[in-house]
Amino acid sequence: MNKLTLWFHKLGSPEYFYRFSGKLIPWLALACTVVLGWGLYRGLFVAPPDYQQGDSYRIIFIHVPSAWMSLFIYVAMCVSGVVGIVWRIKVAEIVAMASAPIGAAFTAITLVTGALWGRPMWGSYWVWDARLTSELVLLFIYIGVIGLYQAIEDRRSAARAASILALVGLVNIPIIHFSVEWWATLHQGSTVNLMGENAIHPSMLWPLLAMALATKLFYAFNVLQRARVMLLDQESNKRWAQRAIGLDMPGSAA
Amino acid sequence: MSLPRAVLALLLRDLRLALRRRSEMLTPVLFLLMVATLFPLGLGPDRDLLVSIAPGVIWVISLLACMLSLSLMFYADLEDGTLDQLIISRWPLPVLALAKVGAHWLVSGLPVVLVAPVVAVAYGLSSETIGVMALSLLLGTPILSSIGAIGVSLSVGLRRGGMFLSLLVLPLYVPVIIFATAAVTASLEGFSPAASLYLLAAMLVLAVTTAPFAIAAGLRISVS
Repeated sequence: MNKLTLWFHKLGSPEYFYRFSGKLIPWLALACTVVLGWGLYRGLFVAPPDYQQGDSYRIIFIHVPSAWMSLFIYVAMCVSGVVGIVWRIKVAEIVAMASAPIGAAFTAITLVTGALWGRPMWGSYWVWDARLTSELVLLFIYIGVIGLYQAIEDRRSAARAASILALVGLVNIPIIHFSVEWWATLHQGSTVNLMGENAIHPSMLWPLLAMALATKLFYAFNVLQRARVMLLDQESNKRWAQRAIGLDMPGSAA
Repeated sequence: MSLPRAVLALLLRDLRLALRRRSEMLTPVLFLLMVATLFPLGLGPDRDLLVSIAPGVIWVISLLACMLSLSLMFYADLEDGTLDQLIISRWPLPVLALAKVGAHWLVSGLPVVLVAPVVAVAYGLSSETIGVMALSLLLGTPILSSIGAIGVSLSVGLRRGGMFLSLLVLPLYVPVIIFATAAVTASLEGFSPAASLYLLAAMLVLAVTTAPFAIAAGLRISVS
């Protein structure tokens, strides 16, 4: 087996995952703080005001990265969920379920910041536009996934059931992404393209990309932290978990 | 027994069970008629207003009517052990799940499709628009049954499953109601409803072909 596959297989072991993520989290958190600080400073203080929107546009440094994350985390949750369902890997199930509340939070942030921006710019907190409505539906699906996971007693069945629900809800993701192209929406099309021409000035683009990276790092260390706690909870009768919290009773179940 | 005969047997069994509980069968239709009566009472009998809200109102009520009986879909089967028998039987579970969905649609979807045009007449829609509405319901209600069955299969073992169901299922119903009402509204305003109806038909094909696999997976988890 080559090194990468071996590492991947090892990662499926709760104990290895726990130790590995424990080492990774401080670095991810540090990187997140640095990038977030730089992005916020450049975005909120250094970048010039927009010629039409004045300073109101600065909310994109929160709104757009959150919106990207709301979709990114959903897909990450589904990928992890599929791995969990197909190979019955407990760690994958837990990572999927640990992602859901973070994704829901980013979706809520997207909706709230969008509403706050919409009030001065569109003259209304909310319009029933395809982009806004599909993002709201995404929030409902996140809540459904979290709710189903909480409702089922057996943690492993719960994770599998919630993953299936998440997979069914996956059809919503392309609808959100393409809604600004498929329908004539009030919400503007995207201004940032990874390939090709950008409709945004570099002084605004770089802080935006920094914020996008910062939210990814935030998700990474948060999902690992959550997954660690959930793992400890579910494996609390295993010896490695008891050892991990400094509680190694002789004769306890291995 | 061959697979088609097994599917037919399951379908007929569900229909026979439904026929023995006629009051339950009538619930969706009565719900549709009564709630549709409340709207003109609440909003006033202004004809123009009723015509303009009719596509959305009738579709939303039909959707809720189809949801009413959803929670019962696998409940009795889980209680009396039929579900376990279906799962361990030698036929593929997705196909059997499709038979269950078909039975549910025949019992609660089809009556709504048949009665909704009567409501549409009362709301003052033209016969052409009523035809489009009936067609959109005919294409849309089987999607509701298929997606709904996924939600039921995941929540059937839960104590408060019924309450949960709407949380799981309603967000997934959104595309159906968007395109269905878009078709009816287009016809109302004198445009061609074809594009929305084709999309609805595509969604029907997608739902009927893929939902059974999700239902089967959900049932296996709920029963285990």
